[in-house]
Amino acid sequence: MLEGILQGLTTALSFYNLLMVVIGCLIGTFIGMLPGLGPMSIIAIMIPVAIQLGNPAAALIMLAGVYYGAIFGGSTSSILINAPGVAGTVATSFDGYPMARQGKAGKALTIAAIASFCGGTVGAVLLFGFAPALSSVAILFWSSEYFALMVLGMTAVAAFAGRDQVLKALLMTIVGVMLATVGESALHNAPRFTLGLMDLQSGIYFVTLVMGLFALPEALFLILRRGKGVVESDKLMKIENLRISKAEAKQMAPVIGRQSIAGFLIGVLPGAGATIASFLGYAMERNIAPAGDRKQFGKGSIKGLAAPETANNAACTGSFVPLLTLGIPGSGTTAILLGALIALNVSPGPGLMTDRPEVFWSVIISMYVGNLVLLMLNLPLIPYIARLLAVPRNYLVPFVLFFALIGSYIGQNNPTELLIMIGLGIVATIFRFTGFPLPPLIIGFILGGMMEDNLGRAIRRSGGIEFLWERPMTLALLILALILLIAPYLLDKLKIRERLMSN
Amino acid sequence: MFTIKKISRGTLTATLMLFGLLLAGTSAHAGPMIDKIHFIIPGGAGGGWDGTARGTGEALTGSGLLGSGSYENMSGGGGGKAIGYMIENAASNHGTLMVNSTPIIIRSLVGRFPHNFRDLTPIAGVIGDYAALVVKADSDLKNFGDLVAIYKSNPADLAVAGGSVPGGMDHLVVAMAFKAAGADPNKVNYLPFDAGGKAMAALLSGEADALSTGLGEALELAKAGEIRILVSTAGERIAEAPDVSTLVEQGYDATFVNWRGFFAAPGLPADVRQAYIDILGAMYDKPEWEAVRKRNGWVNIYNPGDDFVKFLEAQEKVVGSLMKELGFL
Repeated sequence: MLEGILQGLTTALSFYNLLMVVIGCLIGTFIGMLPGLGPMSIIAIMIPVAIQLGNPAAALIMLAGVYYGAIFGGSTSSILINAPGVAGTVATSFDGYPMARQGKAGKALTIAAIASFCGGTVGAVLLFGFAPALSSVAILFWSSEYFALMVLGMTAVAAFAGRDQVLKALLMTIVGVMLATVGESALHNAPRFTLGLMDLQSGIYFVTLVMGLFALPEALFLILRRGKGVVESDKLMKIENLRISKAEAKQMAPVIGRQSIAGFLIGVLPGAGATIASFLGYAMERNIAPAGDRKQFGKGSIKGLAAPETANNAACTGSFVPLLTLGIPGSGTTAILLGALIALNVSPGPGLMTDRPEVFWSVIISMYVGNLVLLMLNLPLIPYIARLLAVPRNYLVPFVLFFALIGSYIGQNNPTELLIMIGLGIVATIFRFTGFPLPPLIIGFILGGMMEDNLGRAIRRSGGIEFLWERPMTLALLILALILLIAPYLLDKLKIRERLMSN
Repeated sequence: MFTIKKISRGTLTATLMLFGLLLAGTSAHAGPMIDKIHFIIPGGAGGGWDGTARGTGEALTGSGLLGSGSYENMSGGGGGKAIGYMIENAASNHGTLMVNSTPIIIRSLVGRFPHNFRDLTPIAGVIGDYAALVVKADSDLKNFGDLVAIYKSNPADLAVAGGSVPGGMDHLVVAMAFKAAGADPNKVNYLPFDAGGKAMAALLSGEADALSTGLGEALELAKAGEIRILVSTAGERIAEAPDVSTLVEQGYDATFVNWRGFFAAPGLPADVRQAYIDILGAMYDKPEWEAVRKRNGWVNIYNPGDDFVKFLEAQEKVVGSLMKELGFL
């Protein structure tokens, strides 16, 4: 094995392959910044180029760079214009965008970059050390555990259920779950709630919903708001609004540490991935934070930004475990990567490490380099990217609208998507005026669909709901979800009592 | 070298004769056989339809058979929107080819599409994949007969995963195979997944006892020693998988091919239709096609013109009666 690692090291550090890392990361991070073009479509576009390279190690190194580069860059549009282009960066906008609105766009981007870097690097270390051993983790979960995992992710909604907001947040979650049932599900051979419209048969397209929900109302509010830009230019450039202070770093560090590992493990599961990891990370950090920090979530919390950004990058790296060690793609993106490998006569699976050690190890090693490249590429650019928000709004509004429209049109080429998006945008604007929080809706939409599929399969498998208590792991995850929901309130109560006692 | 999985002997001879004529023709004039084709893809970028249309176009233009190709993704209704478009704008779409596959049969039957393949002009099936039933490598089940034995004794005990909805392709294949074995196809404990990869993970995790999937998808993992392919639905063993026996071979009268092919607008003049059939037939001979085919792991299954229509009618009949029996119609 040591010989294989050395072989991988020399392959990864050859000039040619280092160039591939840089090219892949460059393309990934910049295209990833544009909402609407997710890693899957970018990689699909890059496949012919990668295959032309002819060398499987170089091809996979480049494509992997595109993949984690896109996740790295994907946070930019979430933070700056509240338009997450990929499901994995939706949770980033929950606290990233409020920070940007407070004039701390530069700081938010820096935190996102550092969190992404740490998540990706820790992920690469774990991949290097434990990939073969983790292949059994990848096939640990049945549908019943995935269902419990989605329930756990749903506890993220609590962050948006403030004092008199509980009912509103729950209501919005249910609306999200209902929207997820539109179209055909994996379980039923019949379309539901399509109103007879063919365009709704495949369901509501994720990017259309996000653009309609977040970006479109944002553009409208920009018009209604007084003042020139979103934030004053000099406020954006103030050094304390760019740099991370020592106190802030101290706050971030444990979050990043926990989420690098948790995110990676979630990523290893073929039925979960970066999106689930980011929501779970957000939910977990919110519910274990001390009372003061907890109130900040959803309003520009540093922890709330660092958690999903760390988790989604770590998960992206983790998703290489089932791909490389079992030959199973867990997501659309890794399915395309698998196709490329097979086309280059490499069969991913248990034999990869022994048959083609240079491919296996060089890809993993290239990920350390790639994450470093991404950090060096992104950090110097942050002050300039952040100044986008100082652009006068008569220029910024068309820009946001343009990206929202392009984002929902691009992968589908269906003009009706634009009408659906505008309709959703109008509804979302009304929700915002009346004080209904929108993040629970998107959480319900993303997790609800998967929750339903997995619940349905688990019931089919066991012929009833016995799996809820018969499968210990399912039970444990559900109890954990309950604890995460109740613990903050119990702890608060205990503290108040202690204070009363000591007085 | 290219391989053609023949659907009928007649087709093969006709094709070979055609190749001869074409080779003679192309060497005489170096110009393209058709100047322009507009490809309509009924789904978004990056899917199977998208790859087939763009790959075919790439091979055709790269080899000089086609002057230029253009592509249009038209999502909506799981493909239904593009079919409607081809029919409503038939007169202006003689230069257009739409890619489609087995689901056009299944989805037309359940009425998900208001139209079916008869409302279009079928041109040719170009590639395909056979289905396969697989188990984990350490399973006690060695052949399809073992699977049938368990199914017959207690169908609820045998969870079969697949990458399509209940009543979709992967489910129909298992039901068809069990029906051919004289068992009740209605009792399959089918676990539907939204992607083949996730269904494969469910097999390896032990959640599912068996998996219904594409033979091409299963081959790689079988080579890696993770799974065992019990049986394929090909008519006879294929070159890429000489060790995989077929249902027919094991004594069960059932075959199934998941095809992908091209359709033109209704009312297409016969000579234009023939030109499309010819250009697709000529493509198999070109190294540019072989490169695309190999890159995607496709199996050549060329099935042109009237044979394609006959094949579609036969598949519709088999699938239709099976779905009726399963209560989906």
